[in-house]
Amino acid sequence: MKKKLLSMMLIFMLAIITACSGAGTDSKEKAEKKVEKRTDLILATTTSTQDSGLLDVLVPQFEKKYPYKVKTIAVGTGQALEMGTRGEADVLLVHAPEAEQKIVDSGDAINRHKVMYNDFIIVGPSADPAGIKGVPAKEAFTKLMESNQPFVSRGDDSGTHKKELELWKNNKLDPAKKENYISTGQGMGSTLQVAAEKKGYTLTDRATYLAQKKSLGEFDIMSEGDDSLLNIYHVMQVNPEKHEKINKEGAKDFVHFMKDNETKKTISEFGKDKYGQALFFLFDK
Amino acid sequence: MDLLLHGLKKAIEMILEGDPEIAEITLRTLEVSMTAILISTIGGVPAGILLGLSRFPGRKLLLTFVNIGMGLPPVVAGLWITIFLWRSGPLGDLSLLYTPVAIIIAQTLVSFPIVTGLTAAAFQQLDEKMILQIKALGATRWQLLWILMKEARLALLAAVIAGFGRVIAEVGAAMMVGGNISGETRILTTTIVMEVSKGNFEVALALSFILMAIAFLITFCLTYLQQRKRHA
Repeated sequence: MKKKLLSMMLIFMLAIITACSGAGTDSKEKAEKKVEKRTDLILATTTSTQDSGLLDVLVPQFEKKYPYKVKTIAVGTGQALEMGTRGEADVLLVHAPEAEQKIVDSGDAINRHKVMYNDFIIVGPSADPAGIKGVPAKEAFTKLMESNQPFVSRGDDSGTHKKELELWKNNKLDPAKKENYISTGQGMGSTLQVAAEKKGYTLTDRATYLAQKKSLGEFDIMSEGDDSLLNIYHVMQVNPEKHEKINKEGAKDFVHFMKDNETKKTISEFGKDKYGQALFFLFDK
Repeated sequence: MDLLLHGLKKAIEMILEGDPEIAEITLRTLEVSMTAILISTIGGVPAGILLGLSRFPGRKLLLTFVNIGMGLPPVVAGLWITIFLWRSGPLGDLSLLYTPVAIIIAQTLVSFPIVTGLTAAAFQQLDEKMILQIKALGATRWQLLWILMKEARLALLAAVIAGFGRVIAEVGAAMMVGGNISGETRILTTTIVMEVSKGNFEVALALSFILMAIAFLITFCLTYLQQRKRHA
């Protein structure tokens, strides 16, 4: 009996060991190494490019063309930029122009280019208790300040959060004074869920909203199409002269890839089949 | 309620269709968690036995640390490991951040103290008179150890089960040190978090059923092992 038990344990352990060593990365890695040696390229980007599904399309295309393995770290723009200034990422795809300019000025990022844009929209419960439907953004924010309807903020130093703070500030409003100002500290997807659940208003990028619309229930676009609501994405390299261990070539290739005509076509077509409209737009020039 | 049923249906669909991505994520989860618990067991059990049986200066302090470690929040472990593995960090040259190895390190760090602590407690509970008696009967050290391990078998496996529970449930550290990279460090728990944030509750639920099924299967095996001797 004891021997049987012992042998069972042994078999179990062996099974674990073989499962660990055989099935997974080892064999795959070996196979990859035989074909070509791929170097890692760390891309720090915003949650919106991942949550909308755009990167699931772009990254495989890039990997097909260039010999790199892209490691996409989807975080808030604040954290992505911080990773850039620390030299923990090779290339950045973010959407907070003002904050980006700062790290370009400080020399942490170089080779910065506009990639695409979409827009921010103010969304809220279909019943619209604050009465901001169809109102321009500036006025909408004033109205939201006056009403005691909840406003749900990202509160995570992301590009969207920065934009929201900028909108309050431009109106000379202080959100800290607003009643029912909810700060989630989470990504756009989760924040939309909280807003829908609490019947509150929030600022979101259009791509994430469209991707999530079906799970939000009675939740609609309230204000859109304002110049102040433009959401611009830039790509940039982390400066290899300022930081060690940067994959300089890979970052350069990625920036080049994002400007490529074929990539641009993919971006402008993205979302049309699934949502009936494009999620990101290109600059004319 | 509908959502739950849909989720279950979707989970069964995913398994039956053999969705390659799901299969890959599931395999990776198993691989990473099993490796972590294996390391914790191989290292933690002897450490626990040592802490439980022998007496040496500083032992109580060490035990205190182990016991604190049992409650070490995974995100704290994750944060520390991230800082160590950063390119600019002390272990940056190994470029382990955002690899499955980093997740294994994190999971080992949070499960090691559990295995060690529970093993130590189990061995301390053994009757000292029995130990004396075994020694008196002329057992060698290894024979003594073997007998004691069999004696504490129930508690030992309980320690492994508890450690495994921690490892398979862990998400905060895996997210931080792994980065939830598609095809590389995406495991079931981090995928669930991502799908929830995408609003794909159905997929998230389906994955949660798969995760629960795995946890059940493995815990069942371990429990079976643990309870087996009772009938002998």
